[in-house]
Amino acid sequence: MQTPTLFAMLLLLVLVVYGTGFSRALAAARSRGGMRNLASLPSYYGTHAALWCGLPALILLAAWLVFDDPIIRSLVMGSLADRPDTIAGRDLLYAQIQNQAAGSLFGEPTAQVKAAAERLTSLQQTAQLLQTAMVLVLSIGLAAFALLRFSPELRAREKVEKVLRALLVGCASAAILTTVGILLSVLFESLRFFQSVPVTEFLFGLHWSPQMALRADQVGSSGAFGAVPLFTGTLMVSAIAMFVAVPVGLMSAIYLAEYASSRVRSLAKPVLEILAGVPTVVYGFFAALTVAPFVRDVATSIGLEASSESALAAGLVMGVMIIPFVSSLSDDVINAVPQSLRDGALGLGSTRSETIRRVVIPAALPGIVGGVLLAVSRAIGETMIVVMAAGLAANLTANPLESVTTVTVQIVTLLVGDQEFDSPKTLAAFALGLMLFLSTLVLNFIALHVVKKYREQYD
Amino acid sequence: MTDLSQAQVRERIEQSLARRHRKEKLFRGLGIASIAFGVLAVLVLFTDIISKGSGAFVQTAVQLEVTYDAAELGIDTVDEESLTWANFTGVVREALRERFPDVSGRSEKRELYSLVSTGAPFTLRDRLAANPELLGKTEKVWFAADDDVDTFYKSLDDSAGGFRGRTSERMAGWVEQLAESGELKKRFNTTFFTNGDSREPEQAGIRAALVGSLLTLLVTLALSFPIGVAAAIYLEEFAPRNRWTDLIEVNINNLAAVPSIVFGLLGLAIFINFFELPRSAPLVGGLVLTLMTLPTIIISSRAALKSVPPSIREAAMGMGASRMQVVLHHVLPLAMPGMLTGAIIGMAQALGETAPLLMIGMVAFIVDVPGGVTDPATVLPVQIFLWADSPERAFVEKTSAAIMVLLSVLIVMNASAVWLRKKLERRW
Repeated sequence: MQTPTLFAMLLLLVLVVYGTGFSRALAAARSRGGMRNLASLPSYYGTHAALWCGLPALILLAAWLVFDDPIIRSLVMGSLADRPDTIAGRDLLYAQIQNQAAGSLFGEPTAQVKAAAERLTSLQQTAQLLQTAMVLVLSIGLAAFALLRFSPELRAREKVEKVLRALLVGCASAAILTTVGILLSVLFESLRFFQSVPVTEFLFGLHWSPQMALRADQVGSSGAFGAVPLFTGTLMVSAIAMFVAVPVGLMSAIYLAEYASSRVRSLAKPVLEILAGVPTVVYGFFAALTVAPFVRDVATSIGLEASSESALAAGLVMGVMIIPFVSSLSDDVINAVPQSLRDGALGLGSTRSETIRRVVIPAALPGIVGGVLLAVSRAIGETMIVVMAAGLAANLTANPLESVTTVTVQIVTLLVGDQEFDSPKTLAAFALGLMLFLSTLVLNFIALHVVKKYREQYD
Repeated sequence: MTDLSQAQVRERIEQSLARRHRKEKLFRGLGIASIAFGVLAVLVLFTDIISKGSGAFVQTAVQLEVTYDAAELGIDTVDEESLTWANFTGVVREALRERFPDVSGRSEKRELYSLVSTGAPFTLRDRLAANPELLGKTEKVWFAADDDVDTFYKSLDDSAGGFRGRTSERMAGWVEQLAESGELKKRFNTTFFTNGDSREPEQAGIRAALVGSLLTLLVTLALSFPIGVAAAIYLEEFAPRNRWTDLIEVNINNLAAVPSIVFGLLGLAIFINFFELPRSAPLVGGLVLTLMTLPTIIISSRAALKSVPPSIREAAMGMGASRMQVVLHHVLPLAMPGMLTGAIIGMAQALGETAPLLMIGMVAFIVDVPGGVTDPATVLPVQIFLWADSPERAFVEKTSAAIMVLLSVLIVMNASAVWLRKKLERRW
């Protein structure tokens, strides 16, 4: 039976078992003179039986789907007399066998491939049969077990709730699984990358040109993986962005929180929030087609040389994107400063701006710093704007009018399109990803810590 | 200090007052300037996109009188097989030559043929397939003009004058001739909404990307909403305060701030490389976006649960409900509107996301509308990215128009979230 049919069958079975459990409980209640003589409501008996029927079988099915291909492959490959030594060679051979089994191989297959393909087909058929049999036997057997164990004293609700609770815990742990998944995926590939390129070269090398030649005699055949130009490029674009976003975001938050009338506030705030909702790809398009030419024209008109893709254009647009982020975070912390502090300062005769600068801002500073750190981590991880507007050339430069490249741009260019998972070029992207993940993690951690610590002060 | 008399102090303060008030005004002005900058940025962004993109909703079309000549087409009857190899290109060219009989010479003819889109033969094929009696007859048909002609004709109204590009002097003459006789006009661009991607700007549309986005979002919603709500229920209603719960909380807060591209790396390494799920598929895109939006949904769902007053829980508890029953029967329904709002906002975020989808291969050039979650597909933001990279000038217009569509969908989603919140919000 095909997997989807099997799944549908299982679903039907679960429904039937639920109905049986439900009606048995109902019958028991009737013969005992009322629902109050049951330990749980009938629906819980139904769910109890249905869970026994469906859950283990589903887990088995899922495990089967994950593991059957690798197991069949190792069985087929293990039976071969002469196997290629390299991973790539084995992959190719197995692909040939698969194609032969599917009847779509071009050319005349070798006897070995033919035999292996037959073995593969028969194994697949056996596996399918075994899968159907095992899943059905398991679900029917457990359902029968649950239904036979039925008695009005059975505390079905408690058992069902235990399972539900376990399910809730499982869902909540998804966050941890995700983090572990991220760490494992970037860490493993990075370790493989660092086997071919030393860590020190990656971290301190000044030259980045990841193109690996296909043939040894090609020009520029050895790739260079010194990531310093990427780090400086990322820092420069982020710095420009923060240069725009922090003053503008902070000042608008101050104005909205301290000066603006509620009408101005209710108008200006949503407008600023629009900036946060615009997809980054739109900002990228805007940066590349409108801001970058504008920056270039202005630079040329005052006698400076500017490339058409400049760090300045990308940074400016990124800054605009981050304004609402900074302003809404600062707005929150400024509003959290107790009114008594303001009243005290105003009572001593200071003007409003003096109150804000000398009293409110210092009191809100930890929260503002936390917000700015979060904004920095966003700027570092922002991808589309820099991909579309900052360029690809890994220049080690301090001139914002030149094109620079960033960590995220390189990850995208290295991984878009076809890639093989053995080449250092592809693996380099994961090493960059590791750097990105770690640096944003540290920034987020500090920021959240600062914000949390500050919050405890005034609550 | 003590040496100063009260009058002297007063004098000093009064002297500094003007300066202090100037500073106050300056500070206030800076605040207003910042707000103005933000508002200006919104205005510039939107007017720029709209002015660039509104042209894409109309399309220049050319009317030609074509004869479905059986000999020219090379077919006798109209059936599926004959339609696939019938020479519609020849018929279109014949019609063009008839309209401009004095055109001769190879290069001149090539220019003439490039007036209409390379998709023109397909227009004819579709018409003939829909109506087989047309064979051997003559009719007037509107064809989409080539993208260069389209760009040229649209730019005629500009103050800067016509943008030539690859349109030669001769072609410009023909265009004006056709426009005067009413055989060339602008019409509403349905192609943009019914076609998939194409290398030819005049045939490119956003349908495939829209469907891809829809499928991806469906997968995301189906996974992230139940998981997110379940996680929020556990953390808010059941979790004991221990190390594990603390770890989960720290993790959720951190994941909310991890760059989206890192989720793409995860998807590439785990879903595609390890589990060998198909590349470019909405299924994988949805999985990646699920992981990305989970923190948002969990955080907003927890806020919704928190806003349900404890008296509800206590009342249900007092009636003998178990904790699970309290939550599932009483707290959850009351918190649902807040959770839905959070989910819509999370989905809006997922809809605009590009970078992680680039990692899992959704940048492939895809013409066909995907039929299921495992078909290769692209999504609207990625389509925008692809078009923005295309060299043809006509794609600038398409890109901006696609952005307008994307932004309107996002505005509708966010507005409905706000509306839902206002409508269903309960103050306790």
